[in-house]
Amino acid sequence: MSFGTSTDEEAGTDTGYPLRRVGLYVFLAAMAVFYLIPIETGVVTAFTDPATYSGQFPYLPPLEPLVSGTGEFSVQPWTNAFDLLGQGLVNSLILVVPATILSGLLGSMAAYGLTTISWRGQIAIYILFVAGIFIPYQAVLVPLTQFWYNVVPLRTAFQPLTVLPFVQEYHWKLVALIVTHTAYGLPICTLLFRAHYKKLSDEMVEAARLDGASIYRIYRRIILPLSIPMFAVVFIYQFTQIWNDLLFALTIVQFGDASVVTQELVGIGVSQSGTNFPLRMAGALVAALPTLLVYVLFGEKFAKGVAA
Amino acid sequence: MRNPLTILRRRLPGGRDVRTDGGTASAADDGNSLLDRDSVRSAPFWLPPALLVGVFVYGAIGWNVLLSLTDFSGLGTPDYGSLDFENYVVAFQGGTPSWSELSVDPIWNSLQNTVLLIVGFAVVCLVLGLLLAILVDQEIRFENTFRTIYLLPMSLSFVVTAKFWLYMYNPQTGLINIALGAVGIGPVEIVQNPDLKLAAVAFALVWQFSGYAMVVYLAGLRAIPDSHFEAARVDGASTVRMYWRVIIPQLRTATVSALVVLTVFALKAFDFLYSMYGYQPGPSADILATRMVREAYSNGNWAYGSAIAVVLFVMALAIVSPYIYSQYKRGAL
Repeated sequence: MSFGTSTDEEAGTDTGYPLRRVGLYVFLAAMAVFYLIPIETGVVTAFTDPATYSGQFPYLPPLEPLVSGTGEFSVQPWTNAFDLLGQGLVNSLILVVPATILSGLLGSMAAYGLTTISWRGQIAIYILFVAGIFIPYQAVLVPLTQFWYNVVPLRTAFQPLTVLPFVQEYHWKLVALIVTHTAYGLPICTLLFRAHYKKLSDEMVEAARLDGASIYRIYRRIILPLSIPMFAVVFIYQFTQIWNDLLFALTIVQFGDASVVTQELVGIGVSQSGTNFPLRMAGALVAALPTLLVYVLFGEKFAKGVAA
Repeated sequence: MRNPLTILRRRLPGGRDVRTDGGTASAADDGNSLLDRDSVRSAPFWLPPALLVGVFVYGAIGWNVLLSLTDFSGLGTPDYGSLDFENYVVAFQGGTPSWSELSVDPIWNSLQNTVLLIVGFAVVCLVLGLLLAILVDQEIRFENTFRTIYLLPMSLSFVVTAKFWLYMYNPQTGLINIALGAVGIGPVEIVQNPDLKLAAVAFALVWQFSGYAMVVYLAGLRAIPDSHFEAARVDGASTVRMYWRVIIPQLRTATVSALVVLTVFALKAFDFLYSMYGYQPGPSADILATRMVREAYSNGNWAYGSAIAVVLFVMALAIVSPYIYSQYKRGAL
């Protein structure tokens, strides 16, 4: 892929204009196929009965007996994938909801304290926040393991809570994961909110100040309501990030009942008898479903978070 | 003498600005200390998050550096009493460290693969992203649909992407080999082929992140005033020439931001490699991130893993700090 292809399409004079437009659309459509085809093969394979799956036409829907070699239609891979990933999905949900809300709220607070209220030296603190976005997580893994397993007696502290309904002993690992993801999500959330607060108009804050409102009241009554669109962006971005994470889960959960969905997915569909592709693809799609759904529904907001 | 209400006052003589250019106080500031009254009053908002970031990000990095100077391996607790640079010597020269029976390989191989992966992946992403951004910017129909499709893979996790591409690359049932077979090239082993591994990983990552480069470039293109496009048209320059000579040179900032972020994505590609190869990507696809995790979590050489992580961290720092500094200089923070 080089500029060569684009020059062919864009060269020429205005007389060739319609042809150029056609070329442009053909190229854009071909690129769309490139981005969609791995997902498309995944979807059609996931609906194929593993017993009749042959892999001859991974890109065709299961149309046996109409088209031979495509396998028979079946939802069994999906039910099977849900069974295998069920616990992981529940754990991911337990992790992602509080971690997303916490990192969003704390990020908004930090941005207010470092932006709307102006004071000397805040930029230095803010730069430390921003630098945190770019940290390769490998640089903190070993201390994190030490911290959660040997320093903080979270496991012991969690013990009494297991008498509550639905609380299991292994949930302490999810709590550790929630705190970790909240801390590492803060830098990006703070950045997004700060960009938003820099754009807000001073006048309302100023008017409230003259009415004698405290900084807490100004935050609650003015800043928070005006932050709602940004909260949507931040929540969507964080939800996707935390749901998709594997490294922190491997580090803190390691293995066992608290495994999240990305961990469970790694080994799905592999057995002694070879790879069960329909099950594997169904598993991948089940694990991706929440983020795909969020993306399709709120794509613009996701793009906004990404572009920042 | 300042009354507390000045906390949120806008540009007033002797007062200070509300939400201005990143916290520079006005000349008539009465306290020279970093911690003046406003910082203390606003502390309930920024201090708890700052403590979390301080402990988990900066505390953990400091502790990691400390750990890398110990000989902590296997079980037990680290001995902070005897610190030395042995792990770094081993990392760059190889040899048999005091904590191991066997000789340990240096990290040059994974360092080289890391650089190759970053360069290959980032360059292709930027070129493809720029091309897509320019084409999407031609006032086309269905622009939103195209944009959404190109960015879609970015919402997936590395693990899911790895599953899709393992399937695409499969010698028997993979679409790529089926396409190759159609033109008479017999099934090629891609995922386990030492010559193709790293390229296969880079290609799948390009599929996942080139949409991101497109979004950044599109924002950059739309920030360029229409008059620049018009002026080139009036001069009678061809479209290609206009973009090459006039427009693309103005996208330097977009290129730098996209490059920095893509590099960080590539450094984080561990998830993807782990989903494809587990702890053992093999010598031709091993990158620093996988080597570090393998040493610490698979071989139990915790301190050595920490030392490799420090190397990775320094690399990231070398790339990111000039960027953050330039952003700060531009007042973009």
